[in-house]
Amino acid sequence: MSGTWMTTRAWLLMLPLLVVMVAVIGWPLVDTVSLSLTDAKLVGTGGSYVGFENYTNMLSSSNFSRTLATTTLFAVISVAAEMVIGVLAALLLNQQFHGRAVLRALMILPWALPTVVNATLWRLIYNPEYGALNAALTQLHLIDAYRSWLGEPGTALAALIVADCWKNFPLVALIALAALQAVPRDITAASLVDGAGPFNRFRFVILPYLAGPLMVALVLRTIEAFKVFDIIWVMTRGGPANSTRTLSILVYQEAFSFQRAGSGASLALIVTLLVTVLAVAYAALVRKTAGSAA
Amino acid sequence: MLRTITKTLVGAVFAGGLLVPHAFAETTLNALFMAQAAYSEADVRAMTDAFTKANPDVKVNLEFVPYEGLHDKTVLAQGSGGGYDVVLFDVIWPAEYATNKVLVDVTPKITDDMKKGVLPGAWTTVQYDGKYYGMPWILDTKYLFYNKDILEKAGIKTPPKTWEELGAQAKIIQDKGLLKTPIAWSWSQAEAAICDYTTLVSAYGGDFLKDGKPDFQNGGGLSALKYMVDSYKSGLTNPNSKEFLEEDVRKVFENGDAAFALNWTYMYNMANDPKDSKVAGKVGVVPAPGVTGISEVSAVNGSMGLGVTAVSKHPDEAWKYITFMTSQATQNQYAKLSLPIWASSYDDPAVTKGQEELIAAAKLGLAAMYPRPTTPKYQELSTALQQAIQESLLGQSPPEDALKTAAQNSGL
Repeated sequence: MSGTWMTTRAWLLMLPLLVVMVAVIGWPLVDTVSLSLTDAKLVGTGGSYVGFENYTNMLSSSNFSRTLATTTLFAVISVAAEMVIGVLAALLLNQQFHGRAVLRALMILPWALPTVVNATLWRLIYNPEYGALNAALTQLHLIDAYRSWLGEPGTALAALIVADCWKNFPLVALIALAALQAVPRDITAASLVDGAGPFNRFRFVILPYLAGPLMVALVLRTIEAFKVFDIIWVMTRGGPANSTRTLSILVYQEAFSFQRAGSGASLALIVTLLVTVLAVAYAALVRKTAGSAA
Repeated sequence: MLRTITKTLVGAVFAGGLLVPHAFAETTLNALFMAQAAYSEADVRAMTDAFTKANPDVKVNLEFVPYEGLHDKTVLAQGSGGGYDVVLFDVIWPAEYATNKVLVDVTPKITDDMKKGVLPGAWTTVQYDGKYYGMPWILDTKYLFYNKDILEKAGIKTPPKTWEELGAQAKIIQDKGLLKTPIAWSWSQAEAAICDYTTLVSAYGGDFLKDGKPDFQNGGGLSALKYMVDSYKSGLTNPNSKEFLEEDVRKVFENGDAAFALNWTYMYNMANDPKDSKVAGKVGVVPAPGVTGISEVSAVNGSMGLGVTAVSKHPDEAWKYITFMTSQATQNQYAKLSLPIWASSYDDPAVTKGQEELIAAAKLGLAAMYPRPTTPKYQELSTALQQAIQESLLGQSPPEDALKTAAQNSGL
C-alpha cells in the first residue's frame, strides 16, 4: 500500500470525529466570538456590532481585576493544598495495614458526591448559629463565641477553599496511589539497604515515578479550580461584599442575571484564553517532567 | 405458522385498540414555581391536582427552584428556546420581562370582576407601562414578628411602633440578659437584603429613583442604610444576619434566639406550629414600624404573580391554569401561608380564623406596600445595592460612599 493511500485512509477514518468536533466545539466557539463583538441581550433583539468594546470595558473594569485576583488566589491555594494532602493520603494508603481497602473506598466518597451536595453540607457545617464547626471549636476552647465563617471576607474564601479541598483531594490521592503502586519493590528495598532516610527515599526514589501522573492531576485541578462556580454559588453567591466572586460567577451575572449576552461572551472568551494559556504552559511542563523522569 | 402469527398480531392490535381510552387532545403545560416561602410545595401540588381534576385534558408539569434561581432559570429557558408555559415572577421583574418579551401581555384577558375584586396594591405586581403581564398570586410584605414571651419577661407592654423604639426595646432585652442579639434580619448578599432595605426606605420616606436616575444615595435611602449599620454595630442585631436568608431568620426565631425578626407572611403559621417551632403560641406580628414624623408603618411590596411566557404553545390553557390558581376559592382554601389577593377574602371567617393577628397586621402593611423600582435594569441595580449594604455592614466603606458607588454601578 502506498503512503498517500494510508494518509488518505487515516483522514477518512478521522472524518466523523472532525465533523463532530467542528459541530460541538468549532461552531459554538465561532458563534461566541461573533456574539462577543455585539451588544446582544440574552432574549429579545439580536444586538448590533460594537467591535472590541465589550473586551475593553471588561478588562478595564475594577470588577474584573478584583475577580481575577480572587479566582487566582482560590485556585493557587486550593490546588496546592489538594496536591500536598492528596500525596500524603496516597503515601498513607500505600502502606500495609488492616482496613486499608475500606479506607480507600471511603476516601473516594467526597469526590463522588455531587458538588451541590458537598456545598450544602459545608454550609451546614459553617452555619453561624448551629454549625458543627462552631460547636467543635467552642468545645475545644479555640474560640469563645460562634462565628460567621461565610459572612466575613477574611474567612469566607478560606472556608470555601477548605470545602473545595475536601471534595477534590481524593482525585489527586487516587492518581498518586496508582503511580505509587507502579514503583518497583526492589528499588525501594535497595534504597533501604543503601541507608536512605524516609525523606530522601521519597525525594529521589519515589517522586520521579510520581512526577508525571501528578502533573496530570495538577493540570486537571488547576483548570477546574480556575473555572470554579457551583461550590461558591451555593455557599456564598460571591458574597460577602463580593469577596468570593470568581470569574465564572462574573460571567454568569453578566450573561444571565444582567442578560448582557455579548458582554458575557467576551468575558467567557477571556476566561477561556487564560485557561488555555495555563493548560499549554502545563503541557510543556508535563513533557519536560516526563522526559526527565524517564 | 404464518397464520398463527398473523392471528396473534391482529388480536394484539384489536386488544390494544380496546384498551386505549378515547383519546383526549391532551395538552401538557410546564410551570415554574419556587420552593420556599409563601405557598408550600405541597400546597401548589394540591392546587394543581384540583385543577387537573376539573380539566382532565390538561396536564401540568411542576418544577420548583429556590427563589434565588427563579429569575435566571426563567430567562435561561427562554433564551435557549424551550421552556415554560407558566412562570412565577417577582414584582421586580415585569419591567425587564416586558421589555425583553419574556411574558405575554394579558391585558385583554383581565375581566371586570378581576379588576374590581383584587386589591389595588396587588395589581402593581403584574403591571408595567399600563399593561398587565399576568395575575398577582402571592400578596406579601415583610412584617415585624416578635417573641411575646421575651417581651413580657423584659417588661415591654406593646411591640415597637417606630424603628427607634425597636432599638430601644432590643437594648432593654439585651441589658436584662434575655438575649445577646435580639434582632434578626436577612442581609445576605441576595435580594432578601434589598427587601429589608426597601422596608426601611419606605419608613424614612426615601425613594430609589428620581426622573429615572438613582436617588437612594441621599435622604431616606441613606437614612435606611445608616439605620442598618447602626443596628449592626450596636450589637443589637444578630451579626450573622449578614449571611442569613429568610429561612435562616425563621430558624433563629423559631429557636427562640430572636426577640424581633423581619420576615414574610409565611413565618406566622410556621413559627406557630409546635412540630418544629419552640416558640409556637408566642408569636406576635405587627406591621413593620415607621419613623416619627414620617410614617406610621413601613412595608415592601414583595408580591409575586403568575404569567404566560411568550414561547408557550398553549397560551389559552396556561391562562386557564393561572385563573384557577389565582381564583378566590383556591386562595381562600390555602390562606395559611400566603394571604389572598381578593379584597373580600379578608372579611371571610374561613380565611381569618386562627390568624386574626396576622390579618390585622396585613390590613395596615399591605396598604403601605412600597415598590422596589420598576426598571428593566433592576437586577443590576439590586446587585449594586447588595454590595453597598454588605460593604457598609462590614465597615469597608461608609454608607454615603457605598451608596454613591452603587448609584454609579446601577446601570442607570
